[in-house]
Amino acid sequence: MNSKVLTIDLSDYSYRIEDRKKLFNRWIGGVGVGIQLLKEELKPDADPLSPDNTIVLATGPFTPAYPLASKTVALFKSPLTGNLGESHAGGRTATAITNAGYGAIVIKGKSRKPIYVVVENDRVHFKDARVIWGIEDAILIGRIIAEKEQGGRGSRTVMRIGGAGENLVRYACVMTETYRHFGRLGLGAVFGSKMLKALVVHGKLSKIPDNRKGYREIYDKIYRIALESGAMKKYHLIGTAVNVNPLNELGGLPTKNLTSAKFENAEEISGEELADKNLGRRIACNHCPIACIHIAVLREPYEGKEYFYKTIMISYDYELIYALGSMLGISSRDGLLKLILRVEQLGLDAMSTGVCLAWATEALKAGLITEDDTITKLAFGNSEEYIRATGYISKQPNEFYRLLAQGVDKVSEVYGGGEFALAFGKNEMPGYHTGHGTHVGSLIGLRHSHLDGGGYAIDQKKKLKPEELVDELVKEEQWRQILSSLVVCFFARGVFTPEIIIEGFKPLGIKLTEDRLIKLGEEIYAEKLKLKMQLGFDLNSLRIPKRIFETETPQGKLKKEYIEEAISYYREMIGRIV
Amino acid sequence: MVKQLFIKDIEKCVGCSLCMYACSRRRPRNPEIGIDASGILAASLSGFERGATVIFCRACKEPPCVQVCPTDALVPKKGGGVILKEKACIACGMCFEACTIGAIFERRNGKPAVCIHCGYCVDYCPHEVLAYVEVEE
Repeated sequence: MNSKVLTIDLSDYSYRIEDRKKLFNRWIGGVGVGIQLLKEELKPDADPLSPDNTIVLATGPFTPAYPLASKTVALFKSPLTGNLGESHAGGRTATAITNAGYGAIVIKGKSRKPIYVVVENDRVHFKDARVIWGIEDAILIGRIIAEKEQGGRGSRTVMRIGGAGENLVRYACVMTETYRHFGRLGLGAVFGSKMLKALVVHGKLSKIPDNRKGYREIYDKIYRIALESGAMKKYHLIGTAVNVNPLNELGGLPTKNLTSAKFENAEEISGEELADKNLGRRIACNHCPIACIHIAVLREPYEGKEYFYKTIMISYDYELIYALGSMLGISSRDGLLKLILRVEQLGLDAMSTGVCLAWATEALKAGLITEDDTITKLAFGNSEEYIRATGYISKQPNEFYRLLAQGVDKVSEVYGGGEFALAFGKNEMPGYHTGHGTHVGSLIGLRHSHLDGGGYAIDQKKKLKPEELVDELVKEEQWRQILSSLVVCFFARGVFTPEIIIEGFKPLGIKLTEDRLIKLGEEIYAEKLKLKMQLGFDLNSLRIPKRIFETETPQGKLKKEYIEEAISYYREMIGRIV
Repeated sequence: MVKQLFIKDIEKCVGCSLCMYACSRRRPRNPEIGIDASGILAASLSGFERGATVIFCRACKEPPCVQVCPTDALVPKKGGGVILKEKACIACGMCFEACTIGAIFERRNGKPAVCIHCGYCVDYCPHEVLAYVEVEE
């Protein structure tokens, strides 16, 4: 097991390496270990954008031993919510960190000048980033650093921020290997506040498993299940965008700031259409055979210049199509792809950006704000205006955009329109209006994310009483603490059953039973909840936007009483857990 | 007949690096976790959207790496390519420089990792970029 922790202090450009075997033995890795490391380093009242905030990047024991374990968990105090920030990313980050010999990297303090940091096995180099600070395109930053840093070609990770991170947009993301992101809850702004433009990691691990024969056997088993069982077929083919059409037909696709859950032009921006008309290439995260990253090709003629074209490659996924497509009423595929590209370049979280722009569009229409505030003429369906507005979110030229850059919760506090400001726990909503499960899940999930308890999936399976729903959501979220401690991709959750996990542990010398594993999931959940409460999480102050009760779902109109019952049941449950 | 590793279709490479992990794992009695022992490298052309390149030993008939090795740690292999006698290697790094395509990789301990054309990685290339084919001796 990789149990070494590298702690980098940007305030005095120092670092130390410690072996934390006991910690990893107790809490597996990933989120389990990460929560403990964050607790050690973070003062609960720390300002998220001050040198006191701490970033933990944690990997698990299955990386890089097995395929599909290509995720890193980032933990920090979120500048968007003021509470626990947790975001996961693929790419090469997890394998690069483990190949460099670490289970986790902790970053604290703040540099006096812009820098980027290169971790190369057991050495850390602090590098001047003054020349590249101010370059707002995160894709370009990746290329510049890749040219400059020759080491680790083919196996390194280049985590970096764009203009939005530098400008402290509270939902700026950290981009890794161009097409994957620590998207949610504002890690990019935390990088920016530390004057950290990029973190490069590479190295070469050499480790012999405890049981050599057993290791190769279970490796082959996992590999075969991934490719042959159909457990991941959805991600092989059309990718996550395959959800657009069925969700729309069901009436669960948030559209035009959730004034509707059906989008008349969904077909145009569906996974099928994108695959048919635009799909140019598929890419994989490191050590994953699935290649679910779908890259669209956009070929555009230059205006007024004959026979001159530019060809742009843009990655798309379901959540981007929802947030920057249906939520904004955009039905032109080209328009959608260009907006995605802009969001990608600036290094913004796509979901938060889309929801903020959707709120602004409705607020403008309702007269809560004026065109003096928005500068552009925001209107559902007009991608060009949204592309301009996205630039303003990053640059924040006036008071309105300074507030919009703090999230939809904050901006609606000032201008009104809270009833259609679609955030839960201050985190902008994901792309599901499938029933009570998705929204209760977003409210009580410890990340306020659709991936916490998978409420959207429960909605599509069965109708439950509030208590039953909460039980299912929490049980699923507790199990997912194990998946994100290993750390395996949630898309591979069908592959990593408790049985397979125990089998995978054996050759690595980890002795755990299935029962203990389930219990450990509950314990990690409790640890995370406790930290969240220390940071000020309060169920009583959760805001529920009225809009979710107005727009029909596949379960009919949602009821406030149902959600309140669910929350009060969860309140009792918390009492028992903490 | 001798078999060798070949690129069947580089355009299908998704950059998953499974070949690199397979190569590190290839020795049944000494399977390594990681990429340190890998004699193959999948790298992008400044982003995998622009395409990939997979680099490994071309099994030269007159391997320059053998000629520059001062301790005879690299010896020619039947049918082309080389074998490393690890105990004789002093980690001087001359072979890295000698290989025109950079197909000899530096391990953490400074010694080389090089493809021996065993074909183990081919079974783990999920998109049939690599092939293991018979060649004339």
